[in-house]
Amino acid sequence: MRYAMVIDTLKCVGCSDCVVACQTENNVPLGYCRDWITETVDGTYPNIVMELKSERCNHCDNAPCVRCCPTGASHIVDGGIVLVTADECIGCGACIESCPYDARYQHPDGYVDKCTFCHHRLEKGQLPACVSVCPTKCMYFGDLDNPNSEVSQLLKNRKYKTLAPEAGTNPHVFYLI
Amino acid sequence: MQEELFTSGRNIPNIDPSLQIWHWPISLYLFLGGLAAGILFFAALFYILKKDNEYSTAVKVISIVPPIALSLGLMALVYDLTHKLYTWQLYTTFRIESPMSWGAWVLLIVTPLSFIWTFSYYREVYPKTEAKLKLFQRLKFLNTFEQFIVKNRIYIAYALVPLALILGVYTGILLSAFNARPLWNNAILGPLFLTSGLSTGAAAIILLSKNTKERHLFGKIDLALIIIELALIVHMIMGYYAGSQVQLEAMQLLVGGDFTVMFFGFVVILGLIVPAVMELIELIGYKVPVIVPAMLVIIGGIVFRFVMVEAGQLTRFLY
Repeated sequence: MRYAMVIDTLKCVGCSDCVVACQTENNVPLGYCRDWITETVDGTYPNIVMELKSERCNHCDNAPCVRCCPTGASHIVDGGIVLVTADECIGCGACIESCPYDARYQHPDGYVDKCTFCHHRLEKGQLPACVSVCPTKCMYFGDLDNPNSEVSQLLKNRKYKTLAPEAGTNPHVFYLI
Repeated sequence: MQEELFTSGRNIPNIDPSLQIWHWPISLYLFLGGLAAGILFFAALFYILKKDNEYSTAVKVISIVPPIALSLGLMALVYDLTHKLYTWQLYTTFRIESPMSWGAWVLLIVTPLSFIWTFSYYREVYPKTEAKLKLFQRLKFLNTFEQFIVKNRIYIAYALVPLALILGVYTGILLSAFNARPLWNNAILGPLFLTSGLSTGAAAIILLSKNTKERHLFGKIDLALIIIELALIVHMIMGYYAGSQVQLEAMQLLVGGDFTVMFFGFVVILGLIVPAVMELIELIGYKVPVIVPAMLVIIGGIVFRFVMVEAGQLTRFLY
């Protein structure tokens, strides 16, 4: 079992529905977020290309945040999901400094918080909140170890990229391009 | 082909535009930890070499500084934590891959040892204070405790040498373990911070010493350490130059960027080159007020920590 998210940048319109769904589902405090939209424009007018994508924790295989955590609060659970145990987190910020994606933030209550791939929803057999609300259905979620899953098939048939692969983190959010 | 890159969308007031979550307490701790490591290293080393009476400042008088520095440093560290009530979680586990875990455990051992070291010289160095307080008369067990420590002081010294080195290296490794911050992510930061810590330690000994012979010896030691430190800084900059795009961009903060004046002006020139020249002039035989180069080294050490912590957090992977 290895959870992965695949996001089709050609279908994303940057509506931020995923951001709002996540904030609502996970009670993210005002002014913070666990996922966000980036808009990249490349080229010189009139020959420009725009790419929109939804970003979040990449649930890396070689997660620097887990490596740097002094208490073991950051850990990897079954399915490769990186989680933070709030009661073990001392708020030292080492994981925030170590994340190439800036995917973590200090919750106003003190501990460090981040995307969980909606672990609590997965346990009930539901999709992550962001995936379930996407109006253009540009986000896919599934098991990468299963060759017949939707995500495996998409990565088999389409061109894709990951973010900052040179950081050596082996991220598990893939972007179709 | 001309290219324009424009990124927007992540406009989150409490997270963006910069994730600067380590503030002045971290820089302050890195300095105080390095200073304490330097002093403890020299104290233990000269005690093992049986030079404790010859170089009494380095072994005895200055021993008051590390416990104070470490206590202040620890307070600063805890102050910077945002989930303070859970600090004890550091000591429920040892994580071999996490530099901060190493640091937490080393501090847990070194801090009490530094207090014990000071205590063992308390009556010898501060006879007047003891005459006033009469602690040893009031609390009888202190006598047995002191006897026990003085008898075993050599073992404490043997333990302190490697522990002080780990403490000194740790202040640099803490930063260099983060591959997401290209300015920090180089292997030379550990030895560089250790050398800087030893150098500030030697400078502190020079400041407190009233013995010319001792001042001269530590002047020589400090001079050697400054030269090593300069060489390590050259290596660090060369490493950035030979590095990948992210490291080149990180280096621009130090070379020709926002931190150039602070780094080259205050750290390299005022904190290393000027005191090195002054110490050299004094060694040749001219009279130089020793307080000046020693203070410059210490101030340079503080500025160096602040520059590295602040600048490092501005660097990141671009994608």
